[in-house]
Amino acid sequence: MAKKIIPHKIPMKEQPPERRIKNFDEVPYGYTEEEAIQEAKRCLQCKKATCIDGCPVEIDIPGFIEAIAQGDFRSAIKRLKEKNVLPAVCGRVCPQEEQCENFCALNKKYEPVGIGRLERFIADWEARQGPAPLPKIPEKTGKKVAVIGAGPGGLTVAGDLIQLGHSVTIFEALHRPGGVLVYGIPEFRLPKAIVYREVDYLIRCGVELKLNFVVGKTATIDQLLEEFDAVYIGTGAGLPWFMNIPGENLNGVYSANEYLTRSNLMKAYLFPEYDTPIVKGKQVAVIGGGNVAMDCARTALRLGADEVRIVYRRSKKEMPARNEEIHHAEEEGIIFEFLTLPVKYIGDENNWVRKMECIRMKLGEPDASGRRRPVPIEGSNFTLPVDTVICAIGQSPNPLIPQTTPDLKVAKWGNIEVDPRTGKTSKKRCWAGGDVVRGGATVILAMGDARIAARSIDEYLRTGVW
Amino acid sequence: MNEILRKKRLAQGITLFEVKNELIAAKAKPGQFVIIRLKEKSERIPLTLQDFNPEKGVINIVFQVVGKSTKELDQLNEGDKIKDIAGPLGRPTEIENFGTVICVGGGVGTPEIYPVARGLKNSGNYVISIIGARSKEFMIMEEEMKAVSDELHITTDDGSYGKKGFVTDALKELINNNKKIDRVFAVGPVVMMQAVSETTRPYKIKTLVSLNPIMLDGTGMCGVCRVEIGGKTKFACVDGPEFDGHLVNYELLSKRLNTYLKEEKEAVELFEKTCKEGCNG
Repeated sequence: MAKKIIPHKIPMKEQPPERRIKNFDEVPYGYTEEEAIQEAKRCLQCKKATCIDGCPVEIDIPGFIEAIAQGDFRSAIKRLKEKNVLPAVCGRVCPQEEQCENFCALNKKYEPVGIGRLERFIADWEARQGPAPLPKIPEKTGKKVAVIGAGPGGLTVAGDLIQLGHSVTIFEALHRPGGVLVYGIPEFRLPKAIVYREVDYLIRCGVELKLNFVVGKTATIDQLLEEFDAVYIGTGAGLPWFMNIPGENLNGVYSANEYLTRSNLMKAYLFPEYDTPIVKGKQVAVIGGGNVAMDCARTALRLGADEVRIVYRRSKKEMPARNEEIHHAEEEGIIFEFLTLPVKYIGDENNWVRKMECIRMKLGEPDASGRRRPVPIEGSNFTLPVDTVICAIGQSPNPLIPQTTPDLKVAKWGNIEVDPRTGKTSKKRCWAGGDVVRGGATVILAMGDARIAARSIDEYLRTGVW
Repeated sequence: MNEILRKKRLAQGITLFEVKNELIAAKAKPGQFVIIRLKEKSERIPLTLQDFNPEKGVINIVFQVVGKSTKELDQLNEGDKIKDIAGPLGRPTEIENFGTVICVGGGVGTPEIYPVARGLKNSGNYVISIIGARSKEFMIMEEEMKAVSDELHITTDDGSYGKKGFVTDALKELINNNKKIDRVFAVGPVVMMQAVSETTRPYKIKTLVSLNPIMLDGTGMCGVCRVEIGGKTKFACVDGPEFDGHLVNYELLSKRLNTYLKEEKEAVELFEKTCKEGCNG
């Protein structure tokens, strides 16, 4: 019997824009149990579930959704966690519209099933039940794995390998685990308590966590290899780019990494209760069009800015940010200056940024990325008053590890080279994945890489064959 | 780990901590620094290592009490723990036998130049050290510097100890005495490092200075420590902290150091107010 199709996703309630721009609380509230069951019932339970093909970690999507539809939340979370150690995170920050939801059969004619929303719902449901039950961990194999970086990739590798009986130690340079989930993504998009809950789960599973340990400085990879059988490098893309235009070293000009780290990791938005300060600009310009740029702009707004502009050199169509992020930014009143490129920043006598000079662009022929290349329109220069500028144009891998590991092959921009089928680097017993390999990508791709590497590491540890 | 084993007041407002941290002690080299975070709501602050002992598994840090964080740090005592210490960070000082070298330490820079002078001495250099302070009561590390130097010159701004004048006066005199100087190392306030670099510039004596910009992560991730070296932007945390003193844009460094002046003042005022209330109660 044909099922009656509900064309749209069950809406997810969220904080209204005028209220949320005054706080750092999470924007969407998440589904209630009834809403989740209703949304889960929209799933067609396709025999050949193409949504799974769109998931970098191959979650049994129809499986966990069916369990939700039946109100069997315990089975749903169990299904989900078989493939994803960080469901509460992925449900919030994955670009589902390009992945699972893009492949949803409903997507041809209607809105796809809200897979991300359901993932988030079931992970949050589990959190409300108290500490998650631990999986059965097999007998120890006696093999030891070092994971460098406690970001989404590192946490995934650790979760997979501890469940296979290996000993795992994560080395994290910062004083908190979570990597970009904690220093980069703002509280209003991903509450930090969620990340710490997931990390706590891994620790209860037996993963060891060493904070303030800067691999490349506190110890080199070669030193780790003396103690460990395998090393996974998941150090992310921590080297911020600037445009190399005049005035970038003025006070008030930030890299996105600095701005977000101050606000998120150091909680500068709670200054002076927390000691780390941040410039609370009134007229803020954010350079770039990705998710990071949206995060910076929305953070600036919450810090009390009067006007926040996204300055992006291409048009709206080419913006790499997720639709949901752009939508939220628009709702909150962020101003978009499309086809605009900063050419210099102008400061006062105390080195504080006061103005930025921009040039308007037009779209020319497609470039290597397939997007139309922006070209400057001569004579279109104009200036904008600014007191804070945040440069969110991307980043490349941090060079500390390649610099101190001479036999690790790196490509242009310092990305570590790996075999994509296994995650193996040029150096024996070393694997890598995520942004340190890809440059700036996404949380879920880092987790997908991590899953591939974990499989390969386990195989190596069992067989000894490199 | 991170337990304070010894606290020593070097001068009014300048404190030394000997801290247990085997990992950092095993790897530290002259010229490197650590990032510390005192407690949960504290900021991350960079502190150059004054000493390290791999056998004992300890590192020494010296700090001047200037803002809220250092005021709070100064309240710690032996047996207390510092919440987080990461390091050793930055590139170590390049140390080899250059011949005759001058090590200049000004104020709280003297403890930082100490391991450099010692390393240079151990590598066979003839080490001339100049240490300066405002006045006698702020003169620190004299005995230690004497032990690792072939010559030690002392200056105070007010003449209450050693020679009256600045470290650069002593430096000029040494250069004018026609001794061949192969390299100069200077650590201290920005104005002092700039003055030292200007003193050696006409003589083309290679001069290295250790820069102290604002830092956050200290691992190259945030870029707040941007400095201009020969017109190019560098990150002091991973490309430095030591740079060719003749190429540094000191004016930019000074101005960038003032970024959070207003917030620092606010934090200190609030801290002193709470402290006073706390102490009275």
